[in-house]
Amino acid sequence: MIRFADVTFTHAQSGRPVVSNVDLTIPEGDLALVIGRTGSGKSTLLNMVNGLVPHFTGGTLRGEVRVNGMDTRTNAPRDLAGIVGTVGQNPRAGFTTDTVEEELAYTMESLGFAPDTMRRRVEETLDLLGLAPLRHRPLDTLSGGEQQRVAIGAALTAGPAVLVLDEPTSALDPAGAEEVLAAIARLVHDLAITVLMAEHRLERVVEFADHVIRIEDGHCELLDPAAAMVGHGLQPPVVRLGQAMGWEPVPLSVRSARRQAVQLRTATFEAPARRTGHDGVATVANTTVTYGHTGALRAVDVQLRSGQITALMGRNGAGKSTLINVLAGTRAPDRGRVRVHEDDPTTLRGQALLRRIAYVPQDPSDLFYTDSVRGECDATDRDTGQEPGSALARLRQLVDTVDPDNHPRDLSAGQQLALALAIQLASAPDIVLLDEPTRGLDYPGKVAFGSWLNRLAEAGCSILVATHDVELVAVIGDRVIVLADGEVVTDADVRTALTSSPAFAPQVQKVLAPLPVLTVEEACSL
Amino acid sequence: MTNRWLHPGAWWLWALGLGAAATRTANPLLLGLIVAVAALVVSSRRPQAQWAGAFAVFVRIAVLVVVIRVGFTVLFGLRVGTTDLFTLPSATLPDWMAGVTLGGAVTAEMLAIAVIQGSQLATLLICVGAANSLASPVRLLKALPPGLYHVGVAGVVALSLAPRIMVNVRRVMQARRMRGRPTRGLRAAAESSVPVLESSLDDAINLAAAMDTRGYGRATRTSPGERALQAGLVLAGLMGIALGLFAVLGASGWGWLLLALGLAMAITGILVAGRRIVRTRYRPDPWGWPETLTAATGISAAIAVIAVSSSTITIPLTWPALPPVAVAAILAAALPAALTPPPPVPWRTA
Repeated sequence: MIRFADVTFTHAQSGRPVVSNVDLTIPEGDLALVIGRTGSGKSTLLNMVNGLVPHFTGGTLRGEVRVNGMDTRTNAPRDLAGIVGTVGQNPRAGFTTDTVEEELAYTMESLGFAPDTMRRRVEETLDLLGLAPLRHRPLDTLSGGEQQRVAIGAALTAGPAVLVLDEPTSALDPAGAEEVLAAIARLVHDLAITVLMAEHRLERVVEFADHVIRIEDGHCELLDPAAAMVGHGLQPPVVRLGQAMGWEPVPLSVRSARRQAVQLRTATFEAPARRTGHDGVATVANTTVTYGHTGALRAVDVQLRSGQITALMGRNGAGKSTLINVLAGTRAPDRGRVRVHEDDPTTLRGQALLRRIAYVPQDPSDLFYTDSVRGECDATDRDTGQEPGSALARLRQLVDTVDPDNHPRDLSAGQQLALALAIQLASAPDIVLLDEPTRGLDYPGKVAFGSWLNRLAEAGCSILVATHDVELVAVIGDRVIVLADGEVVTDADVRTALTSSPAFAPQVQKVLAPLPVLTVEEACSL
Repeated sequence: MTNRWLHPGAWWLWALGLGAAATRTANPLLLGLIVAVAALVVSSRRPQAQWAGAFAVFVRIAVLVVVIRVGFTVLFGLRVGTTDLFTLPSATLPDWMAGVTLGGAVTAEMLAIAVIQGSQLATLLICVGAANSLASPVRLLKALPPGLYHVGVAGVVALSLAPRIMVNVRRVMQARRMRGRPTRGLRAAAESSVPVLESSLDDAINLAAAMDTRGYGRATRTSPGERALQAGLVLAGLMGIALGLFAVLGASGWGWLLLALGLAMAITGILVAGRRIVRTRYRPDPWGWPETLTAATGISAAIAVIAVSSSTITIPLTWPALPPVAVAAILAAALPAALTPPPPVPWRTA
């Protein structure tokens, strides 16, 4: 269905090819998962299939890519639109209409389908993806998972043979991600659509894959999923557990791992204690925030303690970002009291703010306004009156591979995060607020990020991380706060919180339940 | 009546009819009536959508227009009439600045003329605002003839990017504050413009890529000559329409001819372009009797007001009469508030 023949692609202003000599064939009706480190060329490989590379991005493509027999050199993305459906990382960025139904019909309108065919296809797609109750809803009122399903539906209505998905679940909460993945699995099984999908969070998807395409240093290999999981750093926890325990074959799903763990589950486990923190540094008392008619926070009571990492979890739209904004002082509560030490965060400005609160937004590049890493670091040193070079030195402690003359936007997701932390931690703040920091980070990136936060917590910082990533929370978290519909439903230590609900259980916990084991490292001590 | 979207063209004809009436009458009572009718219809048929807030924005702009118009009259206005209200200290600018006199006596006549002329423009703005908050801009663009498809798409992209840019501005300003940098002043605007523009450009590029992979522009393979012909026809036609409208509103006779010629050229161009585009429309908005009624009430209000009322302001001032024909026609334009299907209520806010 998809055939790459000796394909090499080079960006316009770069001498080094992104991928070179790719030879792959993906058979019809299979799901191929593309894995690789951040910035390894996964998106490039995907966009070669829908023709955006090279028609939209520019650059030089050598070799031949054929999709359903069509050569992407002579067919532009719009000509391939009937054969390849594409769903990007951020579905909202690609929406062109107002409502669900119209969005589903858009591709068919562009391709000139007959009106009665359009009506039928839209109805079929609404049923297939469970979108019928949402058909008249404006797109901006949908949750993240719903938006992603609409984007998939919109790519499907024109009846493509191939579906290209670039990290379809990276922005979604665990339930939303499962909803989307279940929909994709059904498409592969029922409609025999060929799916090419890139994903960092392998724990969610590897069990669905027929093949894994691994990209490393510009080389692509098509591998069997089990074989692809061995011998590199990109392994989901269940695979690492299997390898640590020496299980054969290495399990790819929780289900097969549980079968191999029967013996292990009978062991006794002394749960090591996580940090309980010291004194309270920030208080959110009886706080209510409303946006229009919807309550974003309802009478929330939370206290943050120093020397502790608190994970803030909950569905998309549950109020996580609002709680962070209230603590950062960018949103005044409608009712209630918010204090960081003795200060009302909405009144803090400039240096006083930086000494109390460090904030890293979802997209760290929002913080950057100069054209080089060095420029950002120098500006921070000037603002905080520190010796020139201190911010750069802090950055070097986090990552030593950043070229200070690079443009901040050209850094990888992990490097941007490191730069944002190096800047924001200049005045040794009491609390650190991070909103979805690990989007776009691969496993090694997350390990590095976890160790930075650990160091900060040991130094007495209070850290609040809003995240969907239960595996990250299992490793670094001390305490978990779960919000639902603007209310705190759980505020407990990480072990209690993650073992009490299957939706928030990390893979290792699912394998070893009822033992309260959260991570591979803990499992190794059994 | 079951809820459905009224054809956006019907709302626009209705609103432009009322707006045209407003530009052709100097009767403040009729102007007030038009504003009241527009407000009534908007309040009863406005959908729950972000763009439906446009009416309030336009009303604010309209008020500003009247205030500015009156302000200019007080400052720079030439003395008209005899009923002195108050006198400002006056100063005559030197000859090289055209010798304009600032301040001086302000008469009731001057103020009345300023308010009425300001209100004409303000009422027109309010009518356009009503159309903007009654008819979805995206649906209007979709209802454009296929020949204007590309214009429509450009409009859709602009419409969907504008709110995203606002979101980007807010986000970047928030981040600036959290970096301990000032959020007001020129310097802040200059420094934050870089991340705002960069993220907005990213948004635009993502949208363009998404549209490309979804077949946008596929069915339009035309030769360059043909495209130049259509573009020329449409452009010349639109200019003709604009000049013609200007002349008609200024009540000169050749305007109608120019308008007709422009319309003919534009329509030919659009038809020529439309033939080449193989593009279909999913569930186009139907045109039923509520649409006909809505459009007809707007247009008949314009005709009645233009026929009966005058746009000249008489001195000395007299209390304006209420021509029954015009009043009836404008009141009839309130019928859509009750006789059109209400917009869908697509979701409930929790």
